[in-house]
Amino acid sequence: MKDTQGYLTADGRQIGGVLMEMRNITLRFGGVVAIEDISFDIREGEIRAIIGPNGAGKSSMLNIISGFYTPSNGEVWYKGAPRPLMKPYEVARMGVARTFQNIALFEGMTVLDNVMTGRLTHMHAGLLSQALWWGRARDEEIANREVVEKVIDFLEIQNIRKTPVGRLPYGLKKRVELARALAAEPSLLLLDEPMAGMNVEEKEDMSRFILDVNDEFGTTIALIEHDMGVVMDLSDRVVVMDYGKKIGDGTPDEVRGNQDVIDAYLGVAH
Amino acid sequence: MFYRTAGQFKTSYESDQALFPVRQDAILLAVILVFAWVIFPLTASEFTFQTLLIPILIYALAAMGLNILTGYAGQLSLGTAAFMGVGAYACYKMVTLMPWLNPVVAILLSGVFSAGVGVAFGIPSLRIKGFYLAIATLAAQFFLVWLFEKWAWLYNYNASGAIQVPNLTMFGVYVAGPQADSWVQYYLVLAIVSVMTVLCINLTRGNLGRTWKATRDVDIAAELIGINLMKSKLTAFMVSSYVVGVAGALFVFMWRGAAEPNLFDIPLSFRILFIAIIGGLGSILGNYLGAILIVGLPVVLGTLPAALGIPISSSMVEHINVMMVGGLIVFFLIIEPHGLAQLWRLIREKLIIWPFPH
Repeated sequence: MKDTQGYLTADGRQIGGVLMEMRNITLRFGGVVAIEDISFDIREGEIRAIIGPNGAGKSSMLNIISGFYTPSNGEVWYKGAPRPLMKPYEVARMGVARTFQNIALFEGMTVLDNVMTGRLTHMHAGLLSQALWWGRARDEEIANREVVEKVIDFLEIQNIRKTPVGRLPYGLKKRVELARALAAEPSLLLLDEPMAGMNVEEKEDMSRFILDVNDEFGTTIALIEHDMGVVMDLSDRVVVMDYGKKIGDGTPDEVRGNQDVIDAYLGVAH
Repeated sequence: MFYRTAGQFKTSYESDQALFPVRQDAILLAVILVFAWVIFPLTASEFTFQTLLIPILIYALAAMGLNILTGYAGQLSLGTAAFMGVGAYACYKMVTLMPWLNPVVAILLSGVFSAGVGVAFGIPSLRIKGFYLAIATLAAQFFLVWLFEKWAWLYNYNASGAIQVPNLTMFGVYVAGPQADSWVQYYLVLAIVSVMTVLCINLTRGNLGRTWKATRDVDIAAELIGINLMKSKLTAFMVSSYVVGVAGALFVFMWRGAAEPNLFDIPLSFRILFIAIIGGLGSILGNYLGAILIVGLPVVLGTLPAALGIPISSSMVEHINVMMVGGLIVFFLIIEPHGLAQLWRLIREKLIIWPFPH
């Protein structure tokens, strides 16, 4: 285990010990090496960005963290212990929630029901209790509804809570998806391009929400984003990937000055 | 004006999550229940009981079972009739092996057997979906009907190969078999179907219902937010087959009185699928609307021309019925994929704001 001391960010927030650590992760699809020997850590309370040009392996990395892909080599350490081979739903139950690059909301349900699905991992009433809507099932519905309403309130989507998700515009859908992930009260929140396809105002809103989430709930956030301005402003530390390799890791300022990173983004004469 | 929801405030999540948060819905349901429990039984003739009231309820229950699987959990099934058969044969074996068993208990227990069989045939759903799963459930359809035919123990080695419902009494009253009165059977069916409906509504609006709908809408996202897809799909198969099995037991014991194996063949599966599609996938109310239409249409076609004095042969009626059902299915698939239930939803939305356009 490396140090658990953490560090102090530029804006004076105390970052805690290591929450998740990727150790020498390699991911191969047949002969294609999507990720090659990458190691980095995510610390408690920080906003960690993963950036890189298209096809660098960022989304694959996120899929490994959320258990959707199994690394060919290497280990994922979570909360100080190596994580055994797990199904994605088991990873989710351990406190990892995520949003998707292409919105993956449940279109046939209302906003409220969608956000309630985020509470699934916290509900344990049996079949009979649910069928009778009595006892534990009813208590859970009400208790979890309270949590969900707080999230809805926090993300300012009260007015659409009973609207079917299919009727919402793109920007709101992204917000509902964030609400669903937040409702799970995750230890680690993964955001896959939370601002893709948004206009400036929507990006500002989303940035504010991400910072607020981190600030108020202390949620650790790992995000992938292409908008460099957003990444540099939001994140505490940045991992830069290119062609499946890690080419930079550090604070936004360090990464900005890194020659490999500049080369990857601007191209370099061969 | 009559359906105005303004002024009905909710002050707790409990009241917001109530079964009928809108008062008019509750009143409407109360009116329907009065008709179902009092007015219909008092006025209906033997013919109405046997051709409309009892079959509509039983078909609605069977469609409800299928709807849980296909409409809510998104797993297409073409084996409904076979699972009904499992319920019917299980019930038959129970009442003949244990004649002291209360018929209602036997009917409710018979669903347990079909639930078990349903889960077994639901296992392929873990690997395949859509049309391919439908074909896999067809296997259940063929296999089970074959089993009903070949396994003589199931029909107590009858020479006819069919099951005959014996006379069953409950508290001294005949409830099944040739001696049972229609109105007694109607009340029994109505009671069981009502209770099952309430249970199904609760399941589909609660946590399990959300799990099913999430599995249906985006299964990968569902798994990544913590849903065990295997558990979600298999519980859907279990609950669905239970309901369908009870419907099958009612079908034979409270309505048909006797059944041959081929009664549970594909045409019945399709009939129930049509009820669910026309009524509306992903809706509980739709099953009733669909059953009323599919069961009621041939009766109306059979009696209306005669009442109007139009000479029409009974085979013609049958042909017209088939054509109209076929046309309706195409119509609903194109115009309103969410079926009659969605039509009611739209009407209700308009009624709430009527007489204003917005």
